[in-house]
Amino acid sequence: MIKKLFKYTKGYRKEAIFASIITISDAVIEVILPFYIAAIIDYGIAKHDINSTIHYGIILLILATITLLFGIFWSIYTSLYSAGFAKNIRQAVFDKIQTFSFKNIDKFSTASLITRLTTDITNVQNTCQTLIRLLKAPFMIIFALIMASRINTNLSTMFFILIPVLAIGLIFVLIKAHPYFKKGFAKYDEMNNVIQENVSAIRVVKSYNRQDFENSKLNKVAFFVFNLFRKADKIVAYQGPFIDLVVFSFITILAFISTKLIVSGDMTTGNLASLIIYSMQILNSMLMISFSLVIILIGQASTKRIVEVLSEESDITNPTNPIYEVKDGSITFENVYFSYDKTDETSEDKNYKLKNISIDIKSGETIGIIGDTGSSKTSFVQLIPRLYDVKKGQVKVGGVNVKDYDLKVLRDNVAFVLQKNTLFSGTIKENLKWGNKKATDKELINACKLSQADEFVKKLTNKYNTVLEQGGTNLSGGQRQRLCIARALLKKPKILILDDSTSAVDTKTDAKIRKAFKEKIPNITKIIIAQRIDSIKDADKIIVLSNGKISGFANHKTLLKTNKIYKEVYDLQIKEKNKK
Amino acid sequence: MNKQAKQNNKKENYGAIALRLFKYVASNHKLQFFIILITSLINALGNMISAVFLMYLVDKVITPMIGVSNPDYSQLTEKLIYLGIFYIICIISLLILNLNVVKIAQNTLRSIREKMFSHMQTLPVKYFDQRTNGEVMSLYTNDTDALMNLVGWCIPQIFSSLLSMIIFIIVMIITDIPLTLFTLFVGFIMLVISKYIGKKSANAFINQQNYIGKINGYIEEMINGQKVIKVFSYEENVKKGFNKLNNELYKSNITANKYANIIIPIIFNIGNLHYVITAIIGGLLIINDIGSLTLGKIILFLQLARGFNLQFLNISQQSGFIGMALAGASRIFKLMDEDKENDKGHITLSNIIIDKKGNIKETKKNTGLYAWKEKNQDGTITYTQLKGNILFDKITFGYNQAKPVLYNITIHAKPKQKIAFVGATGAGKTTITNLLNRFYDIQKGVIKYDGVDIKQIKKYDLRKSMGIVLQDTQMFTGTIYDNIKYGNLDATPEQIYAAAKLANADKFIKKLPNGYDTIISGINNELSQGQRQLLSIARAALSNPSVLILDEATSSIDTRTESIVQSGIDKLMKGRTVFVIAHRLSTVRNADLIIVLDKGKIIEQGNHKELIKKKGKYYELYTGNLELE
Repeated sequence: MIKKLFKYTKGYRKEAIFASIITISDAVIEVILPFYIAAIIDYGIAKHDINSTIHYGIILLILATITLLFGIFWSIYTSLYSAGFAKNIRQAVFDKIQTFSFKNIDKFSTASLITRLTTDITNVQNTCQTLIRLLKAPFMIIFALIMASRINTNLSTMFFILIPVLAIGLIFVLIKAHPYFKKGFAKYDEMNNVIQENVSAIRVVKSYNRQDFENSKLNKVAFFVFNLFRKADKIVAYQGPFIDLVVFSFITILAFISTKLIVSGDMTTGNLASLIIYSMQILNSMLMISFSLVIILIGQASTKRIVEVLSEESDITNPTNPIYEVKDGSITFENVYFSYDKTDETSEDKNYKLKNISIDIKSGETIGIIGDTGSSKTSFVQLIPRLYDVKKGQVKVGGVNVKDYDLKVLRDNVAFVLQKNTLFSGTIKENLKWGNKKATDKELINACKLSQADEFVKKLTNKYNTVLEQGGTNLSGGQRQRLCIARALLKKPKILILDDSTSAVDTKTDAKIRKAFKEKIPNITKIIIAQRIDSIKDADKIIVLSNGKISGFANHKTLLKTNKIYKEVYDLQIKEKNKK
Repeated sequence: MNKQAKQNNKKENYGAIALRLFKYVASNHKLQFFIILITSLINALGNMISAVFLMYLVDKVITPMIGVSNPDYSQLTEKLIYLGIFYIICIISLLILNLNVVKIAQNTLRSIREKMFSHMQTLPVKYFDQRTNGEVMSLYTNDTDALMNLVGWCIPQIFSSLLSMIIFIIVMIITDIPLTLFTLFVGFIMLVISKYIGKKSANAFINQQNYIGKINGYIEEMINGQKVIKVFSYEENVKKGFNKLNNELYKSNITANKYANIIIPIIFNIGNLHYVITAIIGGLLIINDIGSLTLGKIILFLQLARGFNLQFLNISQQSGFIGMALAGASRIFKLMDEDKENDKGHITLSNIIIDKKGNIKETKKNTGLYAWKEKNQDGTITYTQLKGNILFDKITFGYNQAKPVLYNITIHAKPKQKIAFVGATGAGKTTITNLLNRFYDIQKGVIKYDGVDIKQIKKYDLRKSMGIVLQDTQMFTGTIYDNIKYGNLDATPEQIYAAAKLANADKFIKKLPNGYDTIISGINNELSQGQRQLLSIARAALSNPSVLILDEATSSIDTRTESIVQSGIDKLMKGRTVFVIAHRLSTVRNADLIIVLDKGKIIEQGNHKELIKKKGKYYELYTGNLELE
């Protein structure tokens, strides 16, 4: 996992190495300090020697100043490194998402992708800072051991008991508490989910008087969270006393033995003072390791989530020798099977969203599609610009399998107006230019005239420079839809797909759009999904989808005679009209 | 509004919040507080005792015995036993301290969480209108987490560090005054520096927060529009846009981190310098025989100095969190201080039976008949049968008092009538229905329910008598079965299946691999919008209300499915007073009364035939001359 992220340190490795070197050097100096403390005590103070005192004092001052400088440099380089690392990962994750196919996007929910790009990356950044700081600890321990054994080899063997005892204790606590923390965090997510749903459904809650029900729902899960974290924290609460127990005993024994050694002349008072400092340094280093492990554990989940995105391979990629030209707007489906889930060749028919679809659409035809909710109308058209790949069979555009085209070329030629469409914050002009960056004002206006958007845009105070809010919420639904159509038209596609894209447009305007399409862009193949028969009645041919199968493919007149479903829908809608 | 809120937060008196938090925590944990006080004190003494012991060792044992041929250690052994006992007391008290902190922290957290949530349930809908869901959620996540850190970690740490520092200083004063003065001087310098850096750091973080906000906004917008990006092959442009923001964030991140990182090494190393200089000064003092210093005292002092520095470091590390946590606490308290939805109603709903003479009698059985029950001042009880007669009498309402969105609206819905609202977005359709179940209270006029002013009716009972199907179909994580059951928690399985059948949801549910046991989530992608609407219709059917509100309930269902649902809805509407808001005029047509709204005023009303004849706005809408959005 860490390997996977390592490459994103690129550009900031120098800083990382520098910070590491400083950290280790810092450890060396910190370990040397007590050595000179012992010297100043033994040779200076105890012997009442002013020169030695000043001599060692100056050395100590220099060393302490160096560590201060090291500390400052360390923080600068660590900041540079970790910020750069975070920047690289953030960009990489975002870029990765841009390569995702619709299927990949469906797999991660929008909310989860946002969390990964924000909170998770911050966590990983913290982990990475911790890792460098952590580097200091093992070095401190090793250096302190070396120095201690130089003072008194026999006494230093005591450290070899101290270290494993502390390690075992710390690890024990970590292992014991970790399962509780893990379960606790899972419950914590569950609890937040309950709250989140409650907040967004507050009107439902109030309408049904379910406040008490919701309270008990929360209390139940909150109790689990409480209980798990309490248990975990209780275990952690033993850590401090345990360390104290070990360290107190250690220092007491050390002091007792040292006293005898000093009295017998085998050791000095200064040595004792520095041994005590070394034991504290070892203890602090070990604490640091255990503390860092916790941070790393917390970061682990985030790291995992980020790596998950980074290692997700887009299932729709460019072919090796792509075709860069789409000949015309003809579309052919040959025995196409499709499903969103994993299905293989042997899957039963009922697992497919689209089953054995074969159809021929000539370039320049207008095709209507009608069908029930869940009859896979959208699935059907999404295969044309290769937003999803078929499971079996093939889809051809301009006589070539869509899988053989360069993706960008294919999608530039097949404009798709989504059912759930989005406008972005920015001016109307900027939004329209998504269709064609180089479009002239005249082209923009032309496209808007076709989609009947020009009329209302002209009436806005700032016209095409009107700033849209996120999602275009300052326009009505019908207006947004018309802009989305204009945006798609600007691509000058060979095929235009409208997925229920005029549902909020009034019938008259809808008719005007259809008329404009027929007169002004006759060569573009138009595929229109609609719920109103009126919107597709005049199409050259209409596809009636039912349950993932084609139930009829003919013009309006023929379908009325031959297709039961079509007739039913028609009757329902016509009845309304006649009642006027 | 957000900006203003931030400014208000800044002005907030953190002292007052801290005090309130303290009271909140202390009120339920008086004993624990006492225990913590005692154990912290013992613990702080323990931090100091090994240093004092060392001094004793050097001055009283080692120095006099050096050179003695037959040293006597009996006194030392005795002292060691005392020391051992004291250590054991310290260790036990630390354990007690820790366990009590855990107890207080976790209890507080749980109680705050539950109180906050249950109080939130009582808040008016307006509260939620004024905030995004994300803002409310962050109270439960970020702010509660910060508070947890504060109570369970920061405050105990700071408290025990402060105690230790005080004890250290006392011991220092006893040991040697000049060296103590030097320590205090260094402490002062550290304080000044950490304050300075802290201030810089806070500014840098606010600056960074600004860029984080920007990039998060961009991420949210782009990830939400990801499919559009794909369709337009716009990936490269979006990447570039992101890159720009990412670089800005990177720069601010460096500065913020620098200040955050630098404080620890600086304080720590000033501590080192302090330590070294103490050794030098102490040494010089002894050598020149100034004062009463001994070698043991210097070693003691060095230990104390180190301890003092470590505690200072500890405090400066923790103090960064305090501001953040208190800001969080203040937001949490603000939620808890929000006024509850006001409910002065006293009339309740009861099940009744009506005998042959037409007398109403209350019963506990579920008879399907209800009455409004009013206790009169003289002790008698008046029952008014629930029929679903609703009168909006000259009502005026605005979400903001100064800006009415409904003017002088009068509508009379007789029992079992179907009333439809037609009008553009923002005309006030949904607002009217929101007034009926008292999500909001009207400013002028009165709404009467079977002749009773709805303000007199308890909200619980008022809402119990109504069902509502909203445009945004909200589901909860759980099975489909449970989601329907939400409409009536006492419903039997048969009733639930029947409700699903009524809404025509049964068919698609059965097709799912796990049928009614299929687990769906609140923000699900498992079901189509249309299917979710069917479920929420089933849910409403199960609650069997007398008055039904359908707010765009069929907007995402195709014509054919709608015709299937419609038969279900027709069944559902039967015998109830119904208010329908519909985008599709086909749904509206057979209403008994159609209200055409424009900018908060009723411009036309009547049934379909009358309105068509009138050739007014409704006619225009119906013939497609007007865009309905």
